Amino acid sequence: MLAFVIRRCIFLIFVLVGISLLIFSILMTFSPERRAAAYVQSPQQAQNIPGIIQQYGLDQPFYVQYKQWMIQTFRGNFGWSLVAAQPVWDAFCQYFPVTLELNIYAVPLTLIIGIYLGTLSGIYRGSFIDHFTRIVAIIGWSLPTFLFALVLLMIFYGYFGWFGTGIIGDDFQLYLLNHPDQFIRYTGLYTIDGILNGHSAICMDALKRLILPVITQVFVVVALLMRITRSSMIEELSKDYIITARAKGANDKIVYYKHARKNALIPTITVAGQLIALSMEGSVAVEIVFNRHGMGWWLVSSATQLDTPVLMFMCMFMGLVFVLSNLICDLLIAWWDPRIRLSTS
Amino acid sequence: MKQKLLSYIRYFQLPFRRLLNNPMAIIGIVLLVGFTCVALLAPVLAPPKYSFNPYRMPHKGYSTVPKPPNSDHIFGTTSGQYDIYYGIVWGTRTAFKTGLFVVVVAAFIGVWVGVISGYYGGWIDEIIMRIVDIIWTIPSLILAMALVVSFGRGLENIMLALALVSWRWYARVIRSEVLKIKQMAYVHAAKIMGVSDFRIMIRHILPNTIYPILIMCTLEMGSIVIMASFMSFVGLGAPKGYADWGQMVALARNYIVGPPEAPLKFWYTIFFPGGCIILFVLAWNLIGDALRDIFDPKG
Repeated sequence: MLAFVIRRCIFLIFVLVGISLLIFSILMTFSPERRAAAYVQSPQQAQNIPGIIQQYGLDQPFYVQYKQWMIQTFRGNFGWSLVAAQPVWDAFCQYFPVTLELNIYAVPLTLIIGIYLGTLSGIYRGSFIDHFTRIVAIIGWSLPTFLFALVLLMIFYGYFGWFGTGIIGDDFQLYLLNHPDQFIRYTGLYTIDGILNGHSAICMDALKRLILPVITQVFVVVALLMRITRSSMIEELSKDYIITARAKGANDKIVYYKHARKNALIPTITVAGQLIALSMEGSVAVEIVFNRHGMGWWLVSSATQLDTPVLMFMCMFMGLVFVLSNLICDLLIAWWDPRIRLSTS
Repeated sequence: MKQKLLSYIRYFQLPFRRLLNNPMAIIGIVLLVGFTCVALLAPVLAPPKYSFNPYRMPHKGYSTVPKPPNSDHIFGTTSGQYDIYYGIVWGTRTAFKTGLFVVVVAAFIGVWVGVISGYYGGWIDEIIMRIVDIIWTIPSLILAMALVVSFGRGLENIMLALALVSWRWYARVIRSEVLKIKQMAYVHAAKIMGVSDFRIMIRHILPNTIYPILIMCTLEMGSIVIMASFMSFVGLGAPKGYADWGQMVALARNYIVGPPEAPLKFWYTIFFPGGCIILFVLAWNLIGDALRDIFDPKG
């Protein structure tokens, strides 16, 4: 167990080095002036680009530059974000809670709906519910996230005037600006901070603005989960132990939900790690359309304004999230199914 | 030669017949045939105004307010007075161009990487697969965006970036297929007879991976078009006025919510390009899903 975790953490280091090499070589195609921005930490420094090129040797060969970048990164200097007009790390601390808030609601919902519908359509194969989930899955798979979000916005916000865009309303934003002492940012998540600070109106407003983004994200991501649960459920139900259990007259509900589903969930947990990555990808489009200034919005703005330090940081961050979420899923499977030995994998 | 051709036809005959028995797949095929006709007949359906660059959408005036469908512009005009009908017709070509280029290039790279990795095994396999593992950790949209940023904006660069990102999936799947096929008696027999490695790969291994490749290509077409249109939507794509569905959605973006008295006034600006993206992707996914059912009933 411990050896497994340690080995995966060593792999994580390799992944991060690999990603940084990959992205670094992509970014080497830029001129030294552009890349100098990756080392800037304040507006004053931004004035002195030739000095930075000299200091960090940006006109030097690849390996020298890579070493420089590594040293800077280990010191916690990820560069300067043009879009956010602050150092990358500070901007990350500001944007990350927004994306986290979206996913904290969307991911559990996706899991619950996906597993529930997937199980049902696996049990009642060929029934109405099976065809229904199949159609929902194909449509969800075919809908571009940004388009679905736009249509939802058009109907619910435009036509009915419900919900709204952004993270919280303008009047609340103004209130928070004027009374910073009355609203302490414990977590950075408005829905939770609102309750902790006793401002239920802010919490409600943030929740209201979360409804459409969460629906969009759940709908687009749930298809994958549903399909996998369904097919593993079908496979599980055709196994001998299920036939035995039913032959001796066990309750159908217990056979389906206790015996079969527990085993059928193993492939589902395996893909749940990829689900995190998929969700982050979905958040990009959702945040753009609903005007939520989070990681996805930051990424797209950085891409359109050639903010290279942010792209570099974002790829590293995504690699970290991916490896860690896969690690957690592997541990979860080992706990879920004691037959699986971690050391052999 | 004729004999050989016939054998190839027979190879695809059964799956094709089973495809025609699947109602979902038929919907997909009909949609796809429709889109193909539109793409092929584009110069007839919408005669280009600029013959040197038919992908440039003609526009009358520069007003940003869209105009509803009328006799001149049957689907109306979008922001910037670009004719939506023209954009839809030539955008079909753009979608096919993007999807086919990316899928063909990515499949070519991915299949070869997978075959080489699986066939030779050992440290070659180890190195290649660790590299694939590393690339795998970055979501494809984000990696593709980073590539587009370094290549510069434009549709060609989006296509190239997506091709350089999406080969990894083929590599993984084909490698695991090759590991199975490699153990077959006919491969061992060929090896003993002294057939060269390259010939074994081409003649004995590749033809047996054709179905998974086909399924993956079909399913990828849809997601490639989604990613490409999203990148055009956020402004990383072709210059303004290029017939491209993603960009037309972007042009409509400020008009999804109309004036308070008529909130859905500009529905046509998003309905036509958006509907085209959805139907195009749906067509490929329906066919891909049916193909997967035919070749891999458990999956």
